[in-house]
Amino acid sequence: MTEQPGSESGPAHKTLETGTALLIGAFGLVVIFGSIKAGINWGAEGPRAGFFPFYVGAAIVGASAINLWSAQRDHGGRLFATWGQLRQVMSVVVPTAIYVGSMPFIGLYVASTVFIAWFMRWLGGYRWLTTIAVAIGMPVLTYLVFERWFLVPLPKGPLEEWLGL
Amino acid sequence: MEELANLFHGFAVALQPYNIMLMIIGITLGVIIGVLPGLGGANGVAILLPLTFSMPPTSAIIMLSCIYWGALFGGAITSILFNIPGEPWSVATTFDGYPMAQQGKPGEALTAAFTSSFVGALFAVIMITLVAPLVAGFALRFGPAEKFAVYFLAFCSFVGLSKEPPFKTIAAMMMGFALAAVGLDSITGQLRLTFGVTELLNGFDFLIAVIGLFGIGEILLTMEEGLAFRGGNATINLRVVLHTWRELPSYWMTSLRSCLIGCWMGVTPAGATPASFMSYGIAKRLARRGNNFGKGEIEGVIAPETAAHAAGTSALLPMLSLGVPGSPTAAVLLGGLLIWGLQPGPMLFVEQKEFVWGLIASMYLGNLAGLLVVLTCVPIFAAILRVPFGIIAPLILVLCAIGAYSVHNSTFDVMLMLVFGVLGYLLKKCNYPLAPLVLAIVLGDKAEEAFRQSLLGSQGSLGVFFSNGLVSTIMVLGLVALFWSAIQEGFSRLRTAAA
Repeated sequence: MTEQPGSESGPAHKTLETGTALLIGAFGLVVIFGSIKAGINWGAEGPRAGFFPFYVGAAIVGASAINLWSAQRDHGGRLFATWGQLRQVMSVVVPTAIYVGSMPFIGLYVASTVFIAWFMRWLGGYRWLTTIAVAIGMPVLTYLVFERWFLVPLPKGPLEEWLGL
Repeated sequence: MEELANLFHGFAVALQPYNIMLMIIGITLGVIIGVLPGLGGANGVAILLPLTFSMPPTSAIIMLSCIYWGALFGGAITSILFNIPGEPWSVATTFDGYPMAQQGKPGEALTAAFTSSFVGALFAVIMITLVAPLVAGFALRFGPAEKFAVYFLAFCSFVGLSKEPPFKTIAAMMMGFALAAVGLDSITGQLRLTFGVTELLNGFDFLIAVIGLFGIGEILLTMEEGLAFRGGNATINLRVVLHTWRELPSYWMTSLRSCLIGCWMGVTPAGATPASFMSYGIAKRLARRGNNFGKGEIEGVIAPETAAHAAGTSALLPMLSLGVPGSPTAAVLLGGLLIWGLQPGPMLFVEQKEFVWGLIASMYLGNLAGLLVVLTCVPIFAAILRVPFGIIAPLILVLCAIGAYSVHNSTFDVMLMLVFGVLGYLLKKCNYPLAPLVLAIVLGDKAEEAFRQSLLGSQGSLGVFFSNGLVSTIMVLGLVALFWSAIQEGFSRLRTAAA
């Protein structure tokens, strides 16, 4: 890969590697803290609830420290990903977050329709006809397979209530 | 002989029309899952697991295991035709499979891959039939210390055998244990690590983790490359199949070796991916035309495919007989057993004969059905790949969301899935292995229980793990596996020093 300023720039792999090690280490500290709250010594019934997780947390912190150290020795100057690639990734993460967040309120079916339509139209660049066919077809198929055939209930919103489903 | 009778009874169960229908559905879904990017064996089975809640356990496991076989078959299709491994274990298949397709021999490559997969699986199933009851019978005598030692061995093998840096493997695995510990403590009934969040009372479900880490994470990785994903054409006809079949027996040595490698790697939880690479590497070194490997040698397709399928199948041996899954997908199946109210482990062979032998019989039939389905339907499956990723991706995301929701009927789980997805993307990019994380979430509670019960028995002395020959042997094996890479390095240094 050749380094081109501008289009090929992005966060360094080392930065993200360091960040991940710190994140996991912090998680380990939370586990240790929680375990101490639950009790890590011996009680009347043997080792108490925090006994095992305490050592797990300690191992996480220890392993993260070593990973952090080896991340610092990485002088390759590799990129984690280019900004363009990260934009692609975020263009999925953000709408998926909205999709997931709206599900409790509008139900899975409506949310899925909007999500699929948005994805296909704006990211995929499909014609409206194709987009609408898939965006409506998939939830309908889902309804038939899950709710009718396998009797698995999925979250519903005001629209389904209005339709009496 | 009792086993033989049990097996025939199992065939009677598996051959019920309802179960055969589920088998075919499972294989077809599995191949589709294996072909599609972003949907793998583990999360495919995880998404479809809720569909089986209302089925009888035997039918459910037959369908889910067939999805697994299908995914194993399907991975080869994309590797050979498009140089895109649908599954990690089919990466090694691209080395020679894709060049073969380029040289106008896709039919030969596909037939060789499918047939070798079948041979590998058959070998592993025969091994399971013969060995699993013995292992289970042996394991019935295990106390808590021995049980913990087996878990210890399983997790240590991950650290020693995986390609990833050992401390990243440890970090990922311990995160899994920590996530498993959240919620109600199974021994004292006390709450822990919930920090007052009511949604965490029941802890983290590994199905959500699997769907997020493998499903969403994989989609995000694919999105880096954008939506420019294009497929091609494939045809396979009877003449090519028969021609290739005539050629295959001359590679029996490679097949046998790959079967053995696969079974060994599958039983230890190293899994199908390293097995396929190892088998390819050894075949390349030993084959008469080893120099030709990488340029479209049929042996270079046979070796990794046989080993991957043998490993994938034999991963069910420790799951059934010891309750320790040999791969992430086997872990999901094990989670299924718990949900259906079955206790995985040696008691299954005593208490749930119909279930175990129905499953084993369905492995024979499922793989045979799989071979027929993939040989006849390759063009259809290849056509699925021509559906652009811009349509496939949102549909897979929606499917993941449905799967995550229906585990506990909770929208909180769906959000959790997305968090796991972003985490999976980050971990994968930073070279942290995901399989030990998932396995630790599945086995965390059981390992902890065994550990604490052993300590209770010994009044807190760690000596209990070395108190008799059996448990010491397993623990020492575990320690050897843990330090395997260091031991190997030490040996090679000694050798260079001596030379």
